[in-house]
Amino acid sequence: MKVMISAFVAALVIAFAAPVVLNQFGWSSAQQTSTESVRLD
Amino acid sequence: MKTKLFSAAMLVLATLLFNPVWAQESPTVDRTATGGAQTLEDIMRRQKQLETDDSFRSENLGNPADAAPITDQLGTRGGVSDSDNWRAIRYNEIEPTTQVRGPAADVLIQDGGMPWWKLREGPMITYGGGALLAIIGLLVVFYFVRGRIMIDGGPAGTTIERFKAVERFGHWLLAGSFIALGITGLLTLMGRSFLIPVIGHDAFATLATGSKWLHNNVAWAFMLGLVMTFVMWVAHNIPNKLDWQWIKAGGGIFTKGHPSAKKFNAGQKIIFWTVMILGVSVSLSGLSLLFPFQMPMFADTFGVINSILGTSFPTDLAPHEEMQYANIWHSIVAFVMMLAIIAHIYIGSVGMEGAFDAMGNGQVDLEWARQHHDLWVAEVEAKQGKGESSS
Repeated sequence: MKVMISAFVAALVIAFAAPVVLNQFGWSSAQQTSTESVRLD
Repeated sequence: MKTKLFSAAMLVLATLLFNPVWAQESPTVDRTATGGAQTLEDIMRRQKQLETDDSFRSENLGNPADAAPITDQLGTRGGVSDSDNWRAIRYNEIEPTTQVRGPAADVLIQDGGMPWWKLREGPMITYGGGALLAIIGLLVVFYFVRGRIMIDGGPAGTTIERFKAVERFGHWLLAGSFIALGITGLLTLMGRSFLIPVIGHDAFATLATGSKWLHNNVAWAFMLGLVMTFVMWVAHNIPNKLDWQWIKAGGGIFTKGHPSAKKFNAGQKIIFWTVMILGVSVSLSGLSLLFPFQMPMFADTFGVINSILGTSFPTDLAPHEEMQYANIWHSIVAFVMMLAIIAHIYIGSVGMEGAFDAMGNGQVDLEWARQHHDLWVAEVEAKQGKGESSS
C-alpha cells in the first residue's frame, strides 16, 4: 500500500511540476497563441 | 420461417423509408421574400445538418462590372459589398490577410463548430455515458450470477512475490493518473448537463477550472506510467499459443479447472495491449489538444488510412477541424479505455479472492498463484532453485 500511495503522490508532484517545467522550455500553450509584436499603428 | 424473413425485410425497408438521411435532397426554396438571401428554411435545414444548396450564396460574391463610379457614394468599394466579401471568405474564394499573428489566425470562418458541438453534447454523452452505466450494470449482474472467484481449497498461507515495488509503482502511477483523468474528463464533458442543475453555475465554474488544471497536468504522469509499464511488461505480454488455450477455456471463469498461464494470462494481455495502444492514441490526441494548433495529426493520419484502405477521409483540414477531430477522438478512446479498466478493476478487487494482493503489497498466496499462473510459479521456483531472484 505504501507503494500505491507514493505513486499517487508522485502523480500529484508531476502535475504541479509540469506547468513550471513547460514554461521553462517555452512550451506554454498560452504563449503560443499570442504575440508581443502586434502593432496597430 | 419465410414469414419471419419477410417481416424482417419489411421492417428494414420501413426503417429506411422513414430515415431522415433519405430525405436530404435539397428542395427548391422560394427566396423572393428575402430578396434572394437565405430564408428561415435554409437556416433550419443547416442546423439539422441536412443537405443544403448553398450556390445562391457561394456564387453570389459580387461583380466588379457592376461597380459604381469612384465618385459615387460607396463607389470606392467597387462592385463588392461587405456581404459579398464575407460570403467569399466563408466559401474560401479569397486569400485573406490579417495583422493578427498566431496559429490559425487566418481562419476567419469555420463551419465545423456546430456539428462538433452537437456530436459532443449529444451522442458522445448519451452513448459514452450509457456504455459506462451498462458495463457497471453487467458487472453487478455477473457478481450475483458467478459470485466472487475464490481460491479452490482455500489459501495456502504462504506467499510468493508477484510484482516488485517498481512494477507496482508504475502500475499505480498509471492507474491513479488514469482515474483522475477519467473523472475530470467526465466532469468536463458532462458537468454542464448534469452538475450545473444540481450545484449551480458558480460552484461548477470552480470545479471545472480545477478539473481542467488537473486533467491537463496529471496527463504527464499518465504518459510516464504508460512508458514504465510498457518497458517492464512488454516481454511478458507477447501473445502465444497458450493464450488461445486460455481463451478457449474462457479463462476458467465458468468452469472448475484453471487454464495454464505464465506471468500474464490472455485476459491480462488483452488489457495490457488495450491500455498501451489506446493509451498512446489518447496521449497523442491529448497533446494535440494541450498545444492548440501546434500538433495537427488527423490530416496526415487520414492520408495514411486513405492510401491503405482506399477511403476518402478529408486530408485538407483547417486548424480548427484538426482540434475538433482530436477532441472527439480523445473522448471516444477514453470511453473505450474506461470500459476496459472498469472491468479490470472489478476482477482485480471484489471479483477475485487474492487478486488485489498482487498490486497491494506484491505478495500473492501461493495457491492462488498456482491456480491462475501455474507456469509462472514453476518458472520462479526453478529460478529460485538455481539461486536467482524471481521476476
